[in-house]
Amino acid sequence: MAQIEEVSIEQYKHLVSERALTGETMLLNMGPQHPSTHGVLRLLLELDGEVIVNAIPDIGFLHTGVEKNMEAKTYQKAEVMCDRLDYMNTVGNNLSYCLAVEKLVDLDVPERAQAIRVVLTELQRIASHLVWVGTFGLDLAAMSMFLYAFRERELILDILELCSGQRMMTTYIRPGGLWRDVPVEFEAAVRNFIKIFPKRVDEYENLLTKNPIFLDRLLGIGKLTKETALSHGVTGPSLRASGVNWDLRKARPYSGYEQYDFNVPVRTEGDTYARYLVRIQEFRESLKIVEQALNKLPMGPVRSDNRKFVPPPRSEIGVSMESLIHHFKLWTEGFPAPKASIYSAVESPRGELGVYLEGDGGPKPYRVHWRTPSFDNLSVIPKIVKGHLVADLVGILASIDIVLGDIDR
Amino acid sequence: MDKKLEPVVKALQDKFGAAFEEFRGEVHAFITVEQIIEALTLLRDEHEFELLSALTAVDYWPQESPRFHVIYQLSSLAKNVTLQLRVPVNGGQPKVPTATRVYDVANWREREVFDMFGIEFEGHPDPRRILMPEGTEGYPLRKDFPLGYEEPQFTFNFEEIDLRKPYAKE
Amino acid sequence: MGVEQKLGNMGVVTTSLETAVNWARTNAMWPMLFGLACCAIEMMAAQASDYDMSRFGMELMRASPRQSDLMIVAGRVSKKMGPVLRRLYDQMPEPKWVIAMGDCASCGGVFNNYAIYQGVDELVPVDVYVAGCPPRPEALIHGVLTVYEKVKAEKFKDLAKG
Repeated sequence: MAQIEEVSIEQYKHLVSERALTGETMLLNMGPQHPSTHGVLRLLLELDGEVIVNAIPDIGFLHTGVEKNMEAKTYQKAEVMCDRLDYMNTVGNNLSYCLAVEKLVDLDVPERAQAIRVVLTELQRIASHLVWVGTFGLDLAAMSMFLYAFRERELILDILELCSGQRMMTTYIRPGGLWRDVPVEFEAAVRNFIKIFPKRVDEYENLLTKNPIFLDRLLGIGKLTKETALSHGVTGPSLRASGVNWDLRKARPYSGYEQYDFNVPVRTEGDTYARYLVRIQEFRESLKIVEQALNKLPMGPVRSDNRKFVPPPRSEIGVSMESLIHHFKLWTEGFPAPKASIYSAVESPRGELGVYLEGDGGPKPYRVHWRTPSFDNLSVIPKIVKGHLVADLVGILASIDIVLGDIDR
Repeated sequence: MDKKLEPVVKALQDKFGAAFEEFRGEVHAFITVEQIIEALTLLRDEHEFELLSALTAVDYWPQESPRFHVIYQLSSLAKNVTLQLRVPVNGGQPKVPTATRVYDVANWREREVFDMFGIEFEGHPDPRRILMPEGTEGYPLRKDFPLGYEEPQFTFNFEEIDLRKPYAKE
Repeated sequence: MGVEQKLGNMGVVTTSLETAVNWARTNAMWPMLFGLACCAIEMMAAQASDYDMSRFGMELMRASPRQSDLMIVAGRVSKKMGPVLRRLYDQMPEPKWVIAMGDCASCGGVFNNYAIYQGVDELVPVDVYVAGCPPRPEALIHGVLTVYEKVKAEKFKDLAKG
C-alpha cells in the first residue's frame, strides 16, 4: 500500500505567498477527514493568525474511475454507474445520461414518461437541497435544522422507493422511458408531500432567514462577482446568486420543461446569504413544477416502443417469440449507437450537469465525460475565501454545495 | 444549424479556415493546436461565449496522428447557443497551449486532462496531477491503460481468490 | 419510578468483570464522524430524526479518531484515500472495531477498476460487513447491533493475546 506523501513547502512554493516561506504565515491542513468539508476534500490553508491568505484545494480522494468503467459496459449497463456520481441527485444523473443516449441514437420518449421524469427530478432536487440546508445549518451551529431537513427528505425517499424499490440509487429512468409505470399509490404520496411541504419550508425560514446569529455569519461573506463566476464556470444556484439569470430548464428546455410555469430565483449580492436565499426559493419553485406536472400527467405508455433500443414489457415475452429475441439480444449484446459524439446538459441542483457521449458504432460508449458542476464550483473557492476567517470558510464551502462524488468522479 | 451561430461559423472559417461538422444540431469546429488560444479569445471577446462548459479529451489509440482530440465545449449565455471546438493532437509528446489566461476554469480542467490523458498544457501555472495520487504511473483514461478489473469472488472460486487476497493485519 | 420498583433494592449485583466491561463498551460506543461517499448520506439519515441511532447509544459522532471506538467506512475507498484511511485507523485507541458499510467498502461494489480498493479489508481488519448499495439505515443499525453482539462475546484473554 502506498504511503501518505510527506508535504513540504517546496511542493507548494508557486501557490503560497512569500511570507509562508519565511514562516511568517502558517500552513494548516484541513481534511480529508474533517466534519465540515462535506466528504473527503482536503484544503491546504495558509493562515495569518485566523485570516486566510491562501487556500489550496486538493481533490481526488474519491476518484472512482467512473468514466473509464462506463467505457467497458454497454449503454444500458453503464447507467448504474451514473447514479453514484452525484449521490444527492441520483435521478437527475439518470435523466442526464438517458437524455444523452436518446439524443445519440435518436429515440423518442412518450409524454407520460417525460412528465414522471420531471416529477421525480424535481423531488430529487428538493431532497438534495434539503440535505444541503441541513448540513448548512449544522456547519453554522443550527443543529436542529439537520433533524428537520432529514425528516422531510424521508418523505421523498419513500416516494422514490415506491417507484423503484430503492431509496437512493434508483436507476428508474432508462433510455427510452422508465423502468415501469408508477404504482397507483404514487399520486397520493406526491400530493401528500405537496400539501405538507410549503409549511415546512416556512418553518425553516422561521428558524434561519431572520436569525441574527445566522445573518452575522453570512452577510457579506464570500462575495462572488458575476465575472469571476462565469470565468470559473460556476453554474446553478451559486451563479444565480451572483445576478446571472441562467437556468438550463428555461434556456434549453428538455423533457417538457417548457410546459411548466415557474420562476428562476435570482439575487444580485453574490454572498453566502444570497446563495442561501436562492436555494430556499428553489424549494417553492420546484414544488410548483411538481404540482403542475402531476396535474397534467397524461395516460399512456412509459416506454418507447422502438424494439431496437428498448426491451419489450414482461407481459409480452411470454407470448411473443420476437419479443423474447429482442429482450435477449438487448440484454446480452446491447444496442449499437452511431459513430458520432453529442453533448447534452441538464440543470442539476448544483448547476450544469453535462454528458459528453461518443459512440463508435458498437454497443459500448467509446468515451463518456461528465461535466460535473461541483468541480467547477469548487475551483472558485481559493478566490473567494481570501481575507476571510477560518470559521467563515466553513460557511462558504457549505453555501457552494459541493458533493465530492460529483467532483472526483 | 442555429441562425445565431452562422456569423460565428463564418468568422471561424474566414480567420482560421476551420472545418465543420454537424450532428443532431450540434456544431463542431476543428481548429489547429497553434490557433486554439486565438480562437477561444475571439469567441469570448467578440461572440459572447462567456462560459467554457467543458474541457476534455478523447483518445483514438492506436491511431497516432492525430491520437487525441481535445474538446472545448463553449456556451453563450447571451445568445443561448453552444459550440464545440475540437483540437486534433498527435501522440508521442502531446502538447497544447494553455487556455488559463482566457478562462479561469481551464486551470483545473486542464490539470484533469493532463492527469487522465497525459496531454501537457504549455504555460500552465500549476501542472500537477489533480485526481490521481502523485507518483501514479500512466494515464488512466488512455485506451492503452488497463481497466484494472479484478475477478469477483463467487462460491465456486471463493477459496482460490481468498488465498491471494491481501487482507490487512491488525 | 424505574427499575428499582420492579427489582427492589439492588445494593450489590454480582457479575463478571468481562460482562460489565463489555456491557459498558456497547452502550457508549463512539463512532468516528467519517463519511466517504453515498453511504455517508444514509449514515446521516440513520442518525437523523426518522431512524435515530442514539437509541443505541450512538449519537455522539467524534470528528477525531483519537476519541472514537468504531470506524464506519461509509463508501468507496480510492487509491488516494487508502493510506489516509489506514492512518486514521492507526490513530484510533484500542479496543476498536470497523464496519464496512455498503458494497463498495465490502468488496468494491460496481466499481471494479483501477481507482478503487476491492474491499476495505485490504486496508483494515473488518468486523462487520453491511450489504446494500447504499444499505438502508435499518441495515446499518443492524450492523451496529451485530458489532455489539461481537463485543459482548469478547474474552479478555483473547484481547490480551492481540
